[in-house]
Amino acid sequence: MSSVPTINAAERDRLLATYPQVFHRSFMQRWGLAVSAAVVVVYLAFCFAFFNVIPTFVNGNWDRASIYLQDWYSWRAQPRLRFQNGEVVPQWTSRGQYPQGANIPWMQPMPGGGYTVSFGGSDRLDVTPARVDIHLDGRSYPVEITSDQAVLPPGAPAAMEQDGNKVMVYFGFEGQAEIRSSQVYIQRRFLGWANFFFDTQSPFWGRSLPEVAGLMLSGERLDPNRSNASLALDNFLNNASWQHADILSKLMQTLVMAFVGTLFATLIAFPLAFVAARNITRSRPVNWGMKRVFDFLRSIDMLIWALFFTRAFGPGPIPGIAAIFFTDTGALGKVYSEALENADDKQREGVKSVGASPVIVQRYGTVPQVLPVFVSQSLYFWESNTRSATVIGAVGAGGIGLKLLESMKTNADWDKVAYMVLLILLVVFVFDNVSNALRSRLIGRKSH
Amino acid sequence: MAHVAGADHPSGLTGSSRTILDHYQSQVRTRRIYTLVSIAVFLIVLGASLDFANSANSGKFFERLPYLFDFMKSFVPDSPLEIFRAMFDLPSPYADGSIKYDYTSDRIWITDSFYIPNFFYQLAITINIAIVSTILGASGAFVLCFFAASNLVGSRAVRWFVRRIMEIMRAFPEIVIAGLLAAILSIGPISAIIAVWIHTVGALGKLFFEVVENADMKPDEGLRAAGASWVERVRFAILPQVLPNFVSYTLLRTEINVRASTIIGAVGGGGIGEVFSLSIGRDHAAKTYAIIILLLITVICVDQFSAWLRRRLIGHQSFEFGRGAA
Repeated sequence: MSSVPTINAAERDRLLATYPQVFHRSFMQRWGLAVSAAVVVVYLAFCFAFFNVIPTFVNGNWDRASIYLQDWYSWRAQPRLRFQNGEVVPQWTSRGQYPQGANIPWMQPMPGGGYTVSFGGSDRLDVTPARVDIHLDGRSYPVEITSDQAVLPPGAPAAMEQDGNKVMVYFGFEGQAEIRSSQVYIQRRFLGWANFFFDTQSPFWGRSLPEVAGLMLSGERLDPNRSNASLALDNFLNNASWQHADILSKLMQTLVMAFVGTLFATLIAFPLAFVAARNITRSRPVNWGMKRVFDFLRSIDMLIWALFFTRAFGPGPIPGIAAIFFTDTGALGKVYSEALENADDKQREGVKSVGASPVIVQRYGTVPQVLPVFVSQSLYFWESNTRSATVIGAVGAGGIGLKLLESMKTNADWDKVAYMVLLILLVVFVFDNVSNALRSRLIGRKSH
Repeated sequence: MAHVAGADHPSGLTGSSRTILDHYQSQVRTRRIYTLVSIAVFLIVLGASLDFANSANSGKFFERLPYLFDFMKSFVPDSPLEIFRAMFDLPSPYADGSIKYDYTSDRIWITDSFYIPNFFYQLAITINIAIVSTILGASGAFVLCFFAASNLVGSRAVRWFVRRIMEIMRAFPEIVIAGLLAAILSIGPISAIIAVWIHTVGALGKLFFEVVENADMKPDEGLRAAGASWVERVRFAILPQVLPNFVSYTLLRTEINVRASTIIGAVGGGGIGEVFSLSIGRDHAAKTYAIIILLLITVICVDQFSAWLRRRLIGHQSFEFGRGAA
């Protein structure tokens, strides 16, 4: 781009006269993009104020956010080491991840009484009723426990702080501890999902994967009444903390909602589309009426149908099916009738000319032309409904959506949420690929 | 295959014609068997699904069906005018102190004497959620789509990466994003905006890059010959071709997002969806019908407006296929 070509005045005038539309453009052509961009920016600024974006973000619980996010891929053990009668007694909540009396490698009793809790490497807490020794980065800080408070020694690093009567210790990802005069509350974090396969009640708990596989294939029967494989499957599905059976059945409900809803919508929209198509039913009022029925069904939100039928039938897949059915009968009917109106009339004429009855004329004159389009559209809707059935479920129709919502409301089950999200992503990808493959077989590679 | 030489054939054909007819008929038979088998499998799957759905539902279909009509009968407002009063926050003659007939206390006062009816205000929130998330989502998709198009980016790794990001954004359940943000930012429209926004980036990004891949590459070649940089080529060769389709898809997405933000609202994002799920759950017939009518009008208006604008932009062209990526 070193030299700019120059033109003389005559050539310039000639170009101006020949291509006026290039050189004299209207205001909108010149500035339209800039004006609309400015409008959009002003609108966004208005919404920024309207939705109180800054106060909302400032007031957000950002310290909790990192905990919630870590909960997706890791788990916390939360024992309380209580000081009772000069002894240290570990206490677990009902959600504890260890069975009674388990040997926990990172929390061992000390020879002289008390417990030592390891936070990875040399970092650890030595808990005795009178004193808690914090070992951090190779140094040791003794915390004296008096009758009403825990006292942090002077010169402690920033990872420890005195908060009123209690002392907080932060070990980073590994966890934290809250030392009070009556107890030490420990949060110890580990990567992965705790007890994903077997809960603490199961005889398989705490065994490694090869060990479980060995037991299932050729081990002594743990339960004399049945084989180890069926016991393992039963224990897995009825895992109390992960509820695999429940989650899988809820996922199945969501899939059934999408499948049955779309299928029924297809079956009903198919004949109705013939009524709505102008070139097939030769009555304008009937066409018009049918199309308005489609518009009406389509325009009432899926949410409204879902809530309405949840009120009538109670939560579960039936309201979901009904919601998808009603919305998509309208949407599919519209698409189908448009496809029918675009169909070629010559084939119908041909069939008609040999004296076929009206139904046969449609069967052999129209259906072969439009069937691939119909099926491909229904597959599209099926695919997209698999996704929307999750949301419909959350509104009250049941299925995995409701389960997700319940798990999120507790604010403690983010690992379960992550598990369900993974399942949903997996199912959506599988369905996308199945429906893509079916579609490309039906109407060739051209479709995306 | 089923042809038996010399057998008397009812069609009266002979020789090779008979062979052809026999082959044709055997093919038709095979096809019919396949069709029947697949219909049978289909019906079995459907029956099993229906049975499963019915047993999983808390109310059974046939037991509850009579009550559906009872519910509808009891769900009639006291007078048709009640719907109108609920819509515009006018005092009700049936007022008995319960919130069912309390329409006036929800008024949103702008000045001392001028108020916006609550449902209109909530509707405005929902529509604004939809528009903001569509604008932000379309911008995100616009930036990403060029990196996913095989005719603009040579590196397979970049394309693969960008496309997978879009897929995950598209398939990630919106309610999870909304729920997580609601736990952090407290319940409100912002979590709904971000949830819908992320989904929109994925859905529009896919449609956008397919448009870019179908663009005519001749202008690009011309610019490349003149020594234009990558950005200049995208700006002057690709963008003018694809912009009308981009705008059209974005408008279509706005329609979808109005519905999506209503639903997310019902889950806890604020707006008309939340109000609606409360009023139907409490059996407030008049309020519920008022919201249904408002939503119906809104959806029809948005659909018509965007259809009109799209037709002006790119002529009559069915974009219903785009719904698949929704």
